[in-house]
Amino acid sequence: MLRFLGFRLLRAIVTIVLVVTFAFVVLRLSGDPALLIMSVDAPPEAIAAFRAAWGLDDPLWVQYIRYFNAIFHGDLGRSMRDGRDAIVLVTERIPATLALTLPALAIKIGIGVPAGVYAALHRNSLADRMVMVMAVAGFTIPSFVLGLILVLVFAVQLGWLPSGGQESWRHAILPVITLGVGGAAVLARFTRSAMLEVLGQPFIRSASAKGVPWAAVVRNHALPNAAIPTVTIIGFMVGSLIAGAVVVESVFSWPGVGRLLVVAVANRDLAVVQCILLLVAMTMVIANLIVDLLYGALDPRLRATRTAGAH
Amino acid sequence: MRDVPLVSVRDLRVGFDGLPAVRGISLDVGMGEAVGLVGESGCGKSVTWLAALGLLPKSAQVAGSVKLAGEEILGAAPHVLDSVRGGRIAMIFQDPASSLNPVHRVGAQVVESLRLHRGMRGGAARAEAKRLFDLVGIPDAARRLDAYPHELSGGQNQRVMIAIALAGQPELLVADEPTTALDVTIQAQILELLGALRRDLGMALVLISHDLGVVAETCDRVCVMYAGRIVEEAPADALFHAPSHPYARGLLGALPPIDGPRRPLAAIPGSVPDPNAMPPGCAFAPRCAHHIAACDSAVPGLRPMGLDRRAACIRAEAPVRAALVPA
Repeated sequence: MLRFLGFRLLRAIVTIVLVVTFAFVVLRLSGDPALLIMSVDAPPEAIAAFRAAWGLDDPLWVQYIRYFNAIFHGDLGRSMRDGRDAIVLVTERIPATLALTLPALAIKIGIGVPAGVYAALHRNSLADRMVMVMAVAGFTIPSFVLGLILVLVFAVQLGWLPSGGQESWRHAILPVITLGVGGAAVLARFTRSAMLEVLGQPFIRSASAKGVPWAAVVRNHALPNAAIPTVTIIGFMVGSLIAGAVVVESVFSWPGVGRLLVVAVANRDLAVVQCILLLVAMTMVIANLIVDLLYGALDPRLRATRTAGAH
Repeated sequence: MRDVPLVSVRDLRVGFDGLPAVRGISLDVGMGEAVGLVGESGCGKSVTWLAALGLLPKSAQVAGSVKLAGEEILGAAPHVLDSVRGGRIAMIFQDPASSLNPVHRVGAQVVESLRLHRGMRGGAARAEAKRLFDLVGIPDAARRLDAYPHELSGGQNQRVMIAIALAGQPELLVADEPTTALDVTIQAQILELLGALRRDLGMALVLISHDLGVVAETCDRVCVMYAGRIVEEAPADALFHAPSHPYARGLLGALPPIDGPRRPLAAIPGSVPDPNAMPPGCAFAPRCAHHIAACDSAVPGLRPMGLDRRAACIRAEAPVRAALVPA
């Protein structure tokens, strides 16, 4: 188990380093922050001074080493726009984002999993087809379209809810629904197919053959097995708690991490973008680690290969 | 011969999407009797018993009658079937490894049956599970109770399945190809175990197999199935010494002889008819060496061939003379 954890930790670090490196290179190749922040008409001396101040005139590899060195000393850099620490800028936005993504996650799991299970148990019934039609619709409609439709209907036409902003809990309702619907659809489809797969297994038939009532067959035999693949998808959703709301936050003018990211990318505010990406990578990696540990708890076959030292 | 049979199947018909898989099976199993069901894969031998126990998907069309000690169980209410399944008729399957739930310990899977059918819980249930593991010959039973199916061999998993089946103290055990997925050496052990348990517990046994040899060793009476029907029913000895139906003769001819000179095995030419295009008369006619025009006019019913055997062939003759007719 320790060896397993060590291996996973190593892999996590490699993943994070790759993400950060990729972001570093792409950001620096895709536009000059000096020009964007100082504007193109700024005097050349001012631009040169800006570059020198932020170390942008050094070769890329020097900047890269300096950046990593700073990270290891806990310094994630400062925003080029207002000079504040990037980490402070980002962390003060996290609660706003979680206020959307956590309730949305609850909707995804609370609706998606039961809907998928129900559809699988009533395969080919009218209810199954309706769940699947809704799931395909929820899965295919892009969140900005759904968000705009919800705004049009509930804010503009009916006037029940505000169309944007963050003043009260009522402002969160539309963005949370927009976020939750897509995920619930994905989860419903996935849970359904996982359940169908399990229900076709011989051990389900043998559970029935030994006289287990159908409800108990579903509860004790099918669900624990179907949970194994479903947990993977839920893990992805947990991993996107921090950065999963970029589009929705923009549509609803919600001041979360996602909107900060959009603005920072547009401005080439390098430290802020990198700080967010580092945070996102870490959340993803942690979520994956939790999923891996859950696998072990759910599936004794995996537990065995782990104690044997295999991966 | 027998008063009320333990299980009495009458004109059982099963279809999938309109295609018949079982075309009218009638069969009795007496108390404590061992009956073999033999035939090629797809002939409907497993489907017969899955249908009888209501284990087929809802899309299957099932008709006919299955009585357990005189009571109809075909299409019975779920709670009735739940108490029959595992409690009065237990069933074990071909692939023991995938027939056990991979995420539960094998002991817990035995205890589940004990709880359902005998109301046992806790320490008493565990002690009984251990006794059952001992009974079916699982070594180190107390420790094995906590194993997961993937930690046991195929043979041990099949012993676990048998222990689960015995947990409900059933009157009949239906073993569906119980040794097909196992090594040859393990096959013999499992068959021996099934035979011994039947003798000791007075339980009836239905052994479904495509392997005549397996059935011959274990059963009193054998039904040979072909394309969804029983084509011959006879005491095991009699069938092996003198099969009446040409298909049964063909099956025996495909077995290697235990003694005597080596000879090429006789394969039955052709293949099982497509359910979409069944022959008008006898389903075996297109493959039969003794085929005559009359075979195609009507489906032959089972006719008595002497005292205790029946065959569905218009050309089959009584056993004494059949033995003289070269196959």
